[in-house]
Amino acid sequence: MNETPLWASESFWKKTAIWVTAGSFIVLIVLTFDSLSQTNAGGKRVPAYSVINKQIDYQYQADLHKSMPVIGDTELLFGKEFTEAEAEQLVMLGKKTTQAKNCMNCHTLLGNGAYYAPDLTKAWLDKGWISKDLREELMVKFLMNPEKNARTFGSNRKMPNLNITEAEAKGVVAFLKWMSSIDTNGFPYNFKTINAEE
Amino acid sequence: METTNTTSIMHKASALLEQTGNRLNAFKAWVALDSTHLSDGQKLAVKYFTVAVILFFAQLLFGMLAATQFIFPNFLYGFLDFSVNRMVHINAMIIWMLYGFIGCVYWLLEDESGTEIVGLKLGNIAFWLLTGAVTLVVLVYLLVQIGPGKDSSLWFINEGREYIEAPRWADIGIVIVILTFFYNVVATFSKGQWSGIAGVLTLDLVALAGLYVAGMFYMTNITQDQYWWWWVIHLWVEATWEVLVGVIMAWSLMKLLGVKRKIVQTWLYIEVALMFGSGILGLGHHYFWIGTPEYWLTIGGFFSALEPIPLVAMVVHAVYDAGTHAFKSGNHPALAWIIAQAFGNFFGAGVWGFMHTLPQINLYTHGTQWSASHGHLAFFGAYATINIAFFYLAIQHWRGKVWMGAGIKNGWRWKWALGLLNGGVLGMTVALLIAGYEQSFIERAVEGSTWSGYFTAQNHPSFQAAMVWRWFFGAVTFAGLVLLIWDLLTIGKTEERKAAQVSES
Repeated sequence: MNETPLWASESFWKKTAIWVTAGSFIVLIVLTFDSLSQTNAGGKRVPAYSVINKQIDYQYQADLHKSMPVIGDTELLFGKEFTEAEAEQLVMLGKKTTQAKNCMNCHTLLGNGAYYAPDLTKAWLDKGWISKDLREELMVKFLMNPEKNARTFGSNRKMPNLNITEAEAKGVVAFLKWMSSIDTNGFPYNFKTINAEE
Repeated sequence: METTNTTSIMHKASALLEQTGNRLNAFKAWVALDSTHLSDGQKLAVKYFTVAVILFFAQLLFGMLAATQFIFPNFLYGFLDFSVNRMVHINAMIIWMLYGFIGCVYWLLEDESGTEIVGLKLGNIAFWLLTGAVTLVVLVYLLVQIGPGKDSSLWFINEGREYIEAPRWADIGIVIVILTFFYNVVATFSKGQWSGIAGVLTLDLVALAGLYVAGMFYMTNITQDQYWWWWVIHLWVEATWEVLVGVIMAWSLMKLLGVKRKIVQTWLYIEVALMFGSGILGLGHHYFWIGTPEYWLTIGGFFSALEPIPLVAMVVHAVYDAGTHAFKSGNHPALAWIIAQAFGNFFGAGVWGFMHTLPQINLYTHGTQWSASHGHLAFFGAYATINIAFFYLAIQHWRGKVWMGAGIKNGWRWKWALGLLNGGVLGMTVALLIAGYEQSFIERAVEGSTWSGYFTAQNHPSFQAAMVWRWFFGAVTFAGLVLLIWDLLTIGKTEERKAAQVSES
């Protein structure tokens, strides 16, 4: 009567805890190697940085029941064709700028961050930039002087001036263009891009 | 002229210093805490607890500023912007909870190992180093705020990655301090005695320190950047922190209720198995939409759906033990906060997490106020509560093991603090949940997540009303904290009865 059954014994659960933890961790390591190899820039899911030389769109695929990035013909950024190395440099400047300016504590990137300002995952493709011809210029102007070029959509929430230089602003635009080409498994859903017909 | 100026400034400075010293002494005399009641390890622990409470206050203060900006966007605009307030809000939270955990471990270390702390001096140096670094980081957050898009900004100002914004130099400092702490734990157990609790604690601290390193490098590829970033955030708060809390909870149930060691340790192993078994691969629920492969939808969905199970087990554990011991405890406030922990952890982390963890719903809720709703209840329920329980344990000993059972003097204070804090956080959680529902529906499902869709949802009356309610319940929470601090400083001050003894039954 006083004998502890196996399922209630301390040593059984100690061993179980060790095996379960070690097993889960090994599976995570294996999946991490696979995920990293599938998400290198230049792969199918995360395009090379030189994708900023191309037209990017995000279209609903009826057979997959989700939207997917679509990479089209040449569509130069700032009228320049970037080599892969140059493109990486520019995107890197943009990425570092988004970190140094703490963008993530108002905005979300790939849906992660704070919720005080809109998501930036597909910001490059947003209809808010009015037309594809004006987009680059509007974005750079907005980043450099957000108070004067405020886009508050009636919310009164204005982006503060973050002392972003022209070079940094161009970097951020390149970063946003590149990020919009990442295959995010259909997030965000039902997003109509600047290219879509009304 | 210049010399007169310098002398007058020197005079003013020394007068100010003297005044501060006098005030501090007057405060100490008023609080009347006698440190001779504490062991050396406990003295170190209460240092950590003191800073934890100060940072807890800062967390709520900056949270209130950010909440105000949701209602009045021009409030402090261009001076202390939302991004700054929000960053200090969440960073103060992470750091105060870490301070609290380190304090809890130092508190139980000597008792559990049966010997004195080996590297006490080292522990003290690490404390002052960490506190100095935290002060400097916060000052730079508030005064410098941002830098140019260069590595130097990431090294010295702000890394710009949510929750782990601390600049790189501070990261290195944090790792050194955690390693010192780890050395103290291992060396003390080695000198004294090991136990099941000691073993779990040690392995958990290895993982906790090791994981932080995964967040200490820069990557341009944002998919891989966020991949490693989640290793730190998720595997800290949804795995290693939960196990750490399990360890602290196990020890405190023995001390508060006199539960048998064999029972708490068996429970602890079960919890570790369930927690790591679900939590490690549950990491996948952060890999749905960041560019990582599709198999994470299945793996993340499945394992994170299991994450509430250990939390249910913890509720059963706490309620069962409290019941079999007829709630007989020598410290009523601490026991009340332990019970709040069991339920808060289950609802905040378990239920609120499960509600939006499956990819089919997360597609619409990801990046909305749903996450904020879950975050508020989970961090408070799982981690703030257990730390507060330990604050009460510590103050009881600091006062000289005074009575903290039924009929405690000014007992309304701890009860009201408990009620206001829990009610306030719950109110914020519900307000944010309503905002999240509204956002998921209008911004995500109907409008398709465009910027115009985002603002349509933000401008909607039900969202606006939710932000007002969140502010109101934030103020309730803040009032609760002020009362809690007052209570911690005064509870048991004039108490002459000794604490009720709890023995193992």
